[in-house]
Amino acid sequence: MMFAMPILLVIVITSVQNSTFDLVNNNKIAILISNKDTGEASTRFIKAVDKIGMFRLQMVNGNDSQQIPERMHAKDALVALVIPKNFSYDLITKAQNVATRSLQDAGVSLDTAKPAPVIVEPITLYYHPVLQQSFRQSIEGAIHSALQVVQGDEIVKNLYFSLHEKQIPASLEDDILHNDIPVTEIPVSRGGSRNIPNATQHNVPAWTIFAMFFIVISLGSSVVREKLSGSFLRLKTLPTSYMTALLSKQITYLGVTLLQAIIIFSLGIWLFPHIGLPKLSLPDDIIGLLVITLICGWCAVSFAICIGVFAQTQEQSNGFGAGSIIILAAIGGLIVPSFAMPASFNTIMKISPLHWGLEAYYGLFLEGGKLKDILANILSLLAIIALIQLITLYGLKRKNLI
Amino acid sequence: MNKPAICIEHLDFGYPGQSNLCISNLHLQIDAGERFGLFGPNGAGKTTLMHLMTGLLSQSKGTVHLLGKEIKNHSKTVNGLFGFVPQDFSFYMELSPTENLEFFGAWSGLKKSAIKKRIEELLHVLGLEDVHNKPVHQFSGGMKRRVNLAIAVMHEPQVLFLDEPTVGVDVQTRHAIINYLKLLNTKGTTLVYTSHQLNEAEELCERIALINEGKIIVHDDLKKLLHEHEQDGLEGLFLELTGKKYRD
Repeated sequence: MMFAMPILLVIVITSVQNSTFDLVNNNKIAILISNKDTGEASTRFIKAVDKIGMFRLQMVNGNDSQQIPERMHAKDALVALVIPKNFSYDLITKAQNVATRSLQDAGVSLDTAKPAPVIVEPITLYYHPVLQQSFRQSIEGAIHSALQVVQGDEIVKNLYFSLHEKQIPASLEDDILHNDIPVTEIPVSRGGSRNIPNATQHNVPAWTIFAMFFIVISLGSSVVREKLSGSFLRLKTLPTSYMTALLSKQITYLGVTLLQAIIIFSLGIWLFPHIGLPKLSLPDDIIGLLVITLICGWCAVSFAICIGVFAQTQEQSNGFGAGSIIILAAIGGLIVPSFAMPASFNTIMKISPLHWGLEAYYGLFLEGGKLKDILANILSLLAIIALIQLITLYGLKRKNLI
Repeated sequence: MNKPAICIEHLDFGYPGQSNLCISNLHLQIDAGERFGLFGPNGAGKTTLMHLMTGLLSQSKGTVHLLGKEIKNHSKTVNGLFGFVPQDFSFYMELSPTENLEFFGAWSGLKKSAIKKRIEELLHVLGLEDVHNKPVHQFSGGMKRRVNLAIAVMHEPQVLFLDEPTVGVDVQTRHAIINYLKLLNTKGTTLVYTSHQLNEAEELCERIALINEGKIIVHDDLKKLLHEHEQDGLEGLFLELTGKKYRD
């Protein structure tokens, strides 16, 4: 169980996260479009939406708007767009108004009469309630940008026609509207490498730490069992110091956590590519990886023993142990990235050893850092270990176990 | 005269948070090679006294010497002089008798060859040979008691403390355990024993102490005490000296 469950956890979480990465990066979002307009601007708008590359368009009969909620409930699509009846007319009129005002301002137009304001009927965007706000905002942004392209196109056409009294040439129109400056994305890396972060690089280190800390279930219970069974008592009457026994226990379980990490990393490297997940790339600094893995493991083992020493029953140890790991993982940035957490959590997250472990792993796996780059994280973890060991020692003395 | 295996003087002990002392100004001497019984009603302080004699608890006042060495300040090496059979099963249920004996033998500081030899002897003498590789949680209460005893004598201690070593076992197991304890005693092991099985105690113990409310109320040769109090057995003596009132 100490190996099977963490492995399963890492595979499941990485697969789920990988689909999200794919959804955002590769897969297109299905969008229902109901076009009630018969003009040419709405057709161009739909083309512009398609050109963004983010959506898979599914046209719905403009007269059958009842289809939209039904298909959205069936999750055929999570977003739907309804283009109103007078879309083209409103858009063209608005563009003409803007063009006229621009020419009046520039003193080019002889016509001084101010154009009447146009009341534009809005486009309606339906979304499924399961969509997160950030995701919804990015969809809205994309729709606005498509709208901007069509509106801009219309304004440019109007301006050109007013100045030259002829239609704008297609090549010029294209140059004006679509001369995008390319944006190159480069992940920041200490080592200068340009590996693109993926779900595996994010999730395998994070959930490996989580798995290591879940040793609290077996180790914490084992300590409680020893206390309840009287094995502690027996060890106290033997010629060996109990501190030696405790140290031996720590070394043994540290070996277990190290083995967990080796197995999970190995699966990331050799199994993941065969099950459709990105391959795990180990950091360049293997010594650094070994050091931080050992320290994370030691911290997990120390925490588990501490829980075991203070818990009265195995149920208490398991319940508190598992609950506390989930809380520490949440505040440590394993569940929600630390940069996305509220400012008030900036201090609280520092008490979580999982936070320091994760930061160190990300320093190596994502930023291409070396051991020296994660020293601050290592020192913080060592301080937490020292504190946990002191609390454990106090508990052992207080309960007359040493 | 034998040198004392245990010498207790002016012993006081109270559990934290309790105003009354659990053991109060207790004096006791147990000679080396004796089969000594410590008896008393529930809550009289027998187990507490045994824990004080083995260093599991620390007294607030007085001294406890084990084979001439002060227990309170003992180093872990003194622990090699005695063995302790706790009232509860104090071993790993998921391990077999062999694995438990290997584990506790190693913690007793025995070498691998000595551990192997002792395991063979103990499994044979305590009738655990046929089940030596089975996990202990599958055992009957009697078999578990024998494992509990085997672990305590792995390192051949000079003094053996036994806190109700035969509770909940059948006649056969009780008989086997008592015979084994007598055998150990003939080889020079001092036995310090508590039990509520008074018939068994009469069979095993030469000298006894009766403890009541943290004080030793009588302490002498068993036969002499029975004669002095004109009692046929330990049960009568026990009731005469400690009364018939419930204690728990």
